[in-house]
Amino acid sequence: MAAGPRGKQTLTGWAMASPAFLLMLLFLITPFFLAFGLSLTNQRLISPNPAEYVGARNFENLLGLSFFVLEPERDEAGEVIRDDDGAPEYPRLRTFTRNNPDYPHLDGMREWMSIGWTDDSRLVLLASDVVFMKALTNTILFVIVVAPMQAGIALLLALLINQKLRGITVFRVIYFMPVVVSIVVVAFLWRFIYDGQNGLLNSMLGFLSFGVFQPVDWLGNPNTALASIMAMSIWQGVGFHMIIWLAGLQTIPVSLYEAADIEGANRWQKFRYITWPGLRNTAVLVLVIITMQCFALFPQVDVMTRGGPLDSTQTMVFQAVQRGYERQDIAGGSAISVLLFVFVLAISLTQRWLTRDKD
Amino acid sequence: MTDRHSIASLILRYLLLVWIALIFLFPLVFMVVSSLKPDLQLLRDSASVRAFLPVGDISIDNYGLAAERAPIARFVFNSLFVTATTVVLSLILCSMAAFSFVFLQWRGRGVVLAIILATFIVPFETIAIPLLLVVNNLPWIGIDGFRIGWINSYQVQIIPWIADALTIFLFVQFFKDLPKDLIEAARVDGASWFQIYRRVVMPLCGPVLATAAILKFLVMYNQYIWPLMVTQSEDYRPVMVGLQYFFQLNTAWGEVMAYLSLITVPVLAFYLVLQRAFISSIASTGIKG
Repeated sequence: MAAGPRGKQTLTGWAMASPAFLLMLLFLITPFFLAFGLSLTNQRLISPNPAEYVGARNFENLLGLSFFVLEPERDEAGEVIRDDDGAPEYPRLRTFTRNNPDYPHLDGMREWMSIGWTDDSRLVLLASDVVFMKALTNTILFVIVVAPMQAGIALLLALLINQKLRGITVFRVIYFMPVVVSIVVVAFLWRFIYDGQNGLLNSMLGFLSFGVFQPVDWLGNPNTALASIMAMSIWQGVGFHMIIWLAGLQTIPVSLYEAADIEGANRWQKFRYITWPGLRNTAVLVLVIITMQCFALFPQVDVMTRGGPLDSTQTMVFQAVQRGYERQDIAGGSAISVLLFVFVLAISLTQRWLTRDKD
Repeated sequence: MTDRHSIASLILRYLLLVWIALIFLFPLVFMVVSSLKPDLQLLRDSASVRAFLPVGDISIDNYGLAAERAPIARFVFNSLFVTATTVVLSLILCSMAAFSFVFLQWRGRGVVLAIILATFIVPFETIAIPLLLVVNNLPWIGIDGFRIGWINSYQVQIIPWIADALTIFLFVQFFKDLPKDLIEAARVDGASWFQIYRRVVMPLCGPVLATAAILKFLVMYNQYIWPLMVTQSEDYRPVMVGLQYFFQLNTAWGEVMAYLSLITVPVLAFYLVLQRAFISSIASTGIKG
């Protein structure tokens, strides 16, 4: 009967698969589900007290937002009090957010940003955790800017490197080189390139503009720090995606291009009607991988700016490590991890949907 | 199209290729060249093209100074030990699992494989914090006896990284393309499954072993966020975390460049020798699309 050998195969099959599977179960799948559970508690790394269920409090502390219209101070006649420049004076925000019984929902919140509202009043956006909000927006900005740029530049490089030219391998090897170098090494190296005093970038820009260019402290300026990290990240990672695009390009049958030549198609038409459709699966993969890498933004920030200046380079993973590791607040770090995963999943699914087979 | 026209276009194409190559090369050239210069000269040279030329007062003094600042030999040993051990164990356990998924008929294998492949979508960064809690509560019996908690050890850097979806996937893809007759013939000869794995299938695995080993090597050697959290003691720190010894207010750039070169140039050399294998292993992660 077949049950004998089949039963034996089951035993052998489990025996051979289980070491790897059990390791993944313990070190990947368990922590993944733990993240969801822990994010609803007040678990700390080391604590004398058992963790307690706290509901969605960690998420409220991270994501809490509120609007508030700040009216200017008025004198007894109801006139707006103005300072010497004519700007209205406002009550201190903390009179509303610190233990004010009339505004319990604002308790502990801080100003994130504000804009002019009607006449003299201002609309203030309050956040429970302003630093995390900056981390969240920076991370999303990083993904929105870096993912398409890196994918696009990588595709251009792949098309360039796919030409039949003598010595093209040398260029392929060089373009891929930064990928082999650790992002930690690259980040430390680029600190010198971006340095405000002796930095190579300032020297080069000064040279190219015949001395007109004024040196910039690229990482020390809140307006340029995140963009500098973006540029460096693209420099380091673009070769990786170039190779994946290249693998995709090489799966497109040469006969299609030959047929197009006979039909008299120009370069753009060949790209539009042969190359691009042939790369659809590759495009999904490249975008999903880049998105995951972008959300994981951490080593660059840790080495180059530690989240500064003025929190302009805070990221979600940096915040998760700050809480979960440095402050040993496992629950808070887990809550950020859960949010991170939700973002990665949402964006991956969206990308898959956008690039789906439309037939 | 005239000859002159095509030569001009050829030159333009090469100029573009070279120009882009310089963008990728200049930081790396600068790193190695600067590691040979004293700090004062390094800063002075940064204003001109001398930054990329090994000219002036050239020596390897920076390497000695860097070695005085940080226990570099220890860091390098730790990195190599952790990387090598993980790569070897990963190749063995992941290929064995893949063998079981492809060649053996057992109940639940489809589900287990699907679960493993689903973890592709989980970035390590999203499980790092709860994993910290897990390893902090795991028991270990070592030469110094029994203890709870894996923080500050080699095993905490090795064991969680052995099995991963990509490595298993690479082997599964490779095994699926092997001729089934090979396995059947060995079965008829009375070989056990383990013997088939060990003596029939593994000897054919050269290409996929190289691919998986290179990918795992890059991941392991370049680890940062995890060892940062689990190695407070310098006894177990790998090279990337060791970089923190050079974080200071007035950075000694010569020493930094020496340290960066020391931990990077061997990998780059390794890459240049095996560039075809490196590039095809990255490409093979793309085939799955």
